Amino acid sequence: MKRFLTALVSCAALSTLASAPAFAADANKSLKMAYDADPVTLDIHEQLSGGTLQLSHMVFDPLIRWTKDLEFEPRLAKSWERVDDNTMRFTLREGVKFHSGNTLTTEDVKFTYERLKKSQDFKAIFKPFTELRVIDDTTFELVTAEPYPLVLNAATYIFPMDKAFYTGKDDNGDDKAAISKQGSTFASRNQSGTGPFKVTSRQQGVKVEFERFDGYWDKESPGNVGKITLTPIKENNTRVSALLSGGVDFIAPVPPTDLDRIKRDPKTDLVTMSGTRIILLDLNQKRVEAFKDARVRQAVAYAVNQEGIAAKIMKGFATPAAQLSPEGYQGHVDSLKPRFDVEKAKKLMKEAGYEDGFTVTMMTPNNRYVNDDKIAQAVAAMLSRINIKVDLKTLPKAQYWPEFDARAADIMMIGWHADTEDSANFYEFLTMCPNADTGAGQYNAGNYCNPELDALVEKANVETDLDKRAEMLQQVEQALYDDAAFVPLHWQDLAWASKKTVKIEPILNVMNFPYMGDLVIED
Amino acid sequence: MLAFLVQRIGQAMLVMFVISVIAFSIQDGLGDPLQQMVGQSVSAAERVKLRDDLGLNDSIVVQYARFAGKAVQGDLGTSYFYGEPTLDVIMEHLPATLELVIAASLMIAFLSVPIGVYAAIKPRAWLSKFFMGVSTVGISIPVFLTAIVLIQLFSIGVTVDWFPDDTGWGQWLNGALSTNGGMPSYGRGDDLTHLFGTWYSGFFSENGLLHLLLPAVSLASIMLPLFIRLIRAEMMEVLQSDYIRYAQAKGLAPRRIHFLHALKNTMLPVITVGGVQLGIMVAYTILTETVFQWPGVGLMFLEAITRSDIPLIVAYLMVVGLVFVITNTVVDLIYGLVNPTVKLTGKKA
Repeated sequence: MKRFLTALVSCAALSTLASAPAFAADANKSLKMAYDADPVTLDIHEQLSGGTLQLSHMVFDPLIRWTKDLEFEPRLAKSWERVDDNTMRFTLREGVKFHSGNTLTTEDVKFTYERLKKSQDFKAIFKPFTELRVIDDTTFELVTAEPYPLVLNAATYIFPMDKAFYTGKDDNGDDKAAISKQGSTFASRNQSGTGPFKVTSRQQGVKVEFERFDGYWDKESPGNVGKITLTPIKENNTRVSALLSGGVDFIAPVPPTDLDRIKRDPKTDLVTMSGTRIILLDLNQKRVEAFKDARVRQAVAYAVNQEGIAAKIMKGFATPAAQLSPEGYQGHVDSLKPRFDVEKAKKLMKEAGYEDGFTVTMMTPNNRYVNDDKIAQAVAAMLSRINIKVDLKTLPKAQYWPEFDARAADIMMIGWHADTEDSANFYEFLTMCPNADTGAGQYNAGNYCNPELDALVEKANVETDLDKRAEMLQQVEQALYDDAAFVPLHWQDLAWASKKTVKIEPILNVMNFPYMGDLVIED
Repeated sequence: MLAFLVQRIGQAMLVMFVISVIAFSIQDGLGDPLQQMVGQSVSAAERVKLRDDLGLNDSIVVQYARFAGKAVQGDLGTSYFYGEPTLDVIMEHLPATLELVIAASLMIAFLSVPIGVYAAIKPRAWLSKFFMGVSTVGISIPVFLTAIVLIQLFSIGVTVDWFPDDTGWGQWLNGALSTNGGMPSYGRGDDLTHLFGTWYSGFFSENGLLHLLLPAVSLASIMLPLFIRLIRAEMMEVLQSDYIRYAQAKGLAPRRIHFLHALKNTMLPVITVGGVQLGIMVAYTILTETVFQWPGVGLMFLEAITRSDIPLIVAYLMVVGLVFVITNTVVDLIYGLVNPTVKLTGKKA
């Protein structure tokens, strides 16, 4: 509402003062912020990660972006319509300038799309697309091979890059558009986007400085921040101290152990949100005969107390889960609740003939997810109550992932965030029958395999009627629950904190891309 | 002298060779660098291709041969994370660490000598006992804790209200025990002076010095008690020796005896220990730099480990090995200056 009002006021101001200068002139506040890491590279197509997307939303603008309630908001694409089952037509906003001074046209969008198709990390998202067809300077069409329901989700990943700026050879004679994970490329050192901020200086691992772009197209943005200094502070305690001592104005993430400290401090604000990253345990059926029996898997699911973990270990900083899809996703089934019941679990074990239990190995990371090692210890203790003896090993993430790829333990932990903000992504990577050729089930460390469900997911992926699609996805979610394909634990919550005058709440969202351009700092 | 230096250079090469072999042989245990470089949805086939490009699929011997071939030409590989030659990355981070170590060393030198000497001359004075007590506490508190306490007291500030505020003494005690905070708690600040090359210094601005203060104090807090105790013990021993008694009998001024004759001999073992400790201090900066987000090589190394940035890890270890060899060489040279009767190895007697 407030944003709407501000926008209205700015509109009124614009109409009365037709020749009013850019609002950027008012953007004179400066912000010091600290994340746990700084962007690895300035090339937004090099690595698909939270850090890259946060940077993309500062220096570039997407065609479409997510609102707080997971709706689509037009950005550089001002409107879109479905032409036929396989085609979506977009209209670009006019008069948008890049930092270089070039004007945005559909050619830039096409260039960006083609670069995304080449990027190792992003190409998976754009696999269903066959072509980006340019109609004229402001109209283009995205074409898919088959009907595809997630065209708009994918469009949130298209941050148009300045074609003229990224074309040609750099000083070393290398192609300016090249994407490389090793060594530096032109794009990893230089940027020209349409976003609210320009990078003015960057010392990797030390700080990145941004300045507001005075030609920014979105004159209705209430944002009044002119300068941002982003410092990576990896150590949780130091990051919190920096905020409490006034060294920085905005920090993320906030560790669960310090939530109270920040809440108590009269000078700071804390914002938390239920997240979309699911943490789960895979029960490997290939390694353990007993896990092939659905009753044993169910017994494990009944023995794990998700609510206890969320309350005691996560200190309320997690939403207990009984499924993969968080609320707001199409596949989310509201009726699925954590099913903690030790008696029932014991009964199931008896029915399956494992009353005396068995011994399994379990591996989890100890620095990847919030409290991952403590959760693992708690689960091991819970399983001992149904006579499953767990031999637990926790590893730093650098060592954990090779073990995970090798499926080196009977129970393994993984956290997953759907890049497309869609349920089907969970199933494709976590529960489909593993298939090295198609890449399906790449992270399915339980080796759970149900071809019927896979077929249903495939069907949902070509269903453009979103209500019908939601029904199919919910069917899958329910079946996974009934079958206890894995043991969901919780969705990790998100937390940010700032000084009271820095109004972060309106710009935050569950994807964790703060829309810094719209940030308002009060006097 | 020349023979001595040649010998030391030989040693340095050997040390670096051994370190590089060890670092290379443990790299499998350091994790998979690829995991840090790709997003979650990158397919297995893409990963295999990337591994090939990075040369990670070759046997360890082939990888080492390739590394060594480049290393003898002064190229220690390219950091996966920074995308720049590892030596450049280290040179960019080294000044921050050196400034921290220099600041801490100065604090140690200027505090430990007077305190140590005083405690040796007047062992029964209450001030000596106080210093000894504090140093015992100091030596047993880990640097992590010291740093966090310093940040809480001087950056964030604490408000004490244990005493009744309506009485004069209560108010005074509360005020005396509360701190305002306000000291910078992270980084080097933004007012750095460019000296040369990659060296940006915080020594020349108030902002830079303020940022340096807390990290330097916490780094110094580990070594300071050690040196105070060492100097005190050595000094007390020297004070018992015949030539001091003779000097006293001769009627020399106590100041001259203590600071000229006794101190000089006290410093010999202190210099040896100091050289070794200087190297260790470079290692200790890892903890201090982490807590204060000090952008030096310690922090860089720790992050390289979490990212499995193997080329950078190997290069860092080799550089640190070199620093140890150099400091030891310099210590030996200084030793010769302080006490001319000491023979350098390799020098004909």
